[in-house]
Amino acid sequence: MSGGAPAGPGPFRMLDADHPFAEREVALVDLIDRVLATGVVISGDITISIAEVDLVRVSLRALVSSINENVPSPWGDRNPGEARFRGH
Amino acid sequence: MSRTRTASYVYAVTGPLDQGQLAAVRGVGGSPVRLVGEDGLAAAVSAVPFHEFGGEALRTRLEDRDWLEETVRAHHAVVDAVARLTAAVPLRLSTLYLDDDRVRAMLRANRERFGSVLARLDGRVEWGVKVYADPGRVVPPPDPAAPSQPAADDRPGRAYLKRRREQRRARDDAWRTAADLVERLEGRLRELSEASERHRPQHAELSGASGENVLNAAFLVARGEDSAHFLAAVRDFERGLVAGVRVEVSGPWAPYSFSQDTADTALTAGAEGAG
Repeated sequence: MSGGAPAGPGPFRMLDADHPFAEREVALVDLIDRVLATGVVISGDITISIAEVDLVRVSLRALVSSINENVPSPWGDRNPGEARFRGH
Repeated sequence: MSRTRTASYVYAVTGPLDQGQLAAVRGVGGSPVRLVGEDGLAAAVSAVPFHEFGGEALRTRLEDRDWLEETVRAHHAVVDAVARLTAAVPLRLSTLYLDDDRVRAMLRANRERFGSVLARLDGRVEWGVKVYADPGRVVPPPDPAAPSQPAADDRPGRAYLKRRREQRRARDDAWRTAADLVERLEGRLRELSEASERHRPQHAELSGASGENVLNAAFLVARGEDSAHFLAAVRDFERGLVAGVRVEVSGPWAPYSFSQDTADTALTAGAEGAG
């Protein structure tokens, strides 16, 4: 795979100027490892069942299919409304 | 006139903090972030449309890559901003309350636990360390016991099998070499950190990185000198690496991977209960 990571980049960076990685883009996969798989789980009012959902699995499935969307479908019968291409 | 019903999205819990320091911070959907304080604790909160998260909506939305990326990055931006200012306990994505009173109740109900986690995380950051191995390129150190020049064998069938066997062995050796390196690195970094956690190895298709992700770990390290030593150890290690093995460091992160209560009990909703 050439070029940048398919799961990046976004507008946010780590901005700690004291550290050598300060200007490096935060990869979405690294964020998902943390934001969806770690962090304290408290039973909130609304999404009570969130701890039961494997958020990481659900989100990774979404990412994999979004990458595959950039690969032409061999059947060519995609519903155009489903395609979500990232801006380049 | 219709008003969108909103919920209070909680990003992180901290000790007392000055609201002014978060003036420029925006949360999910670009909403301003405010502090909801109670009993010596503060929650970084923003208003989000109820319908985006309620019921089954979240599960459906998580499958929308654009929404997912935007939300995950927005969540992280707030956690990161707060963690730069003070010790913070990051909460899991999409922790929502009906209103700020319910957030206060949650803070009250978990006061002691948040207090102990905050004390443990104060002055610490998280470093992510990943190791990638490309088995086709890993060259194990030479085995002194191995014959330097194998005897020639002129029978083509035998030669083929032998070649296959050697390829397989080379591959096994490559993995073993990579595993040994990972063990050595992890052991060293554990000595230089207060805690460590392993994340699932990342899917190559998602990370876009070449090679197999053989280690995806996080380490809790004090800021300043300890972090400098930690990073120096990674660099030292990198210098002694064999071809085909690569180390990648990310951070400093808010201590996401270390925010669980040590008592390993789930934090509870407000004392009043949800019904």
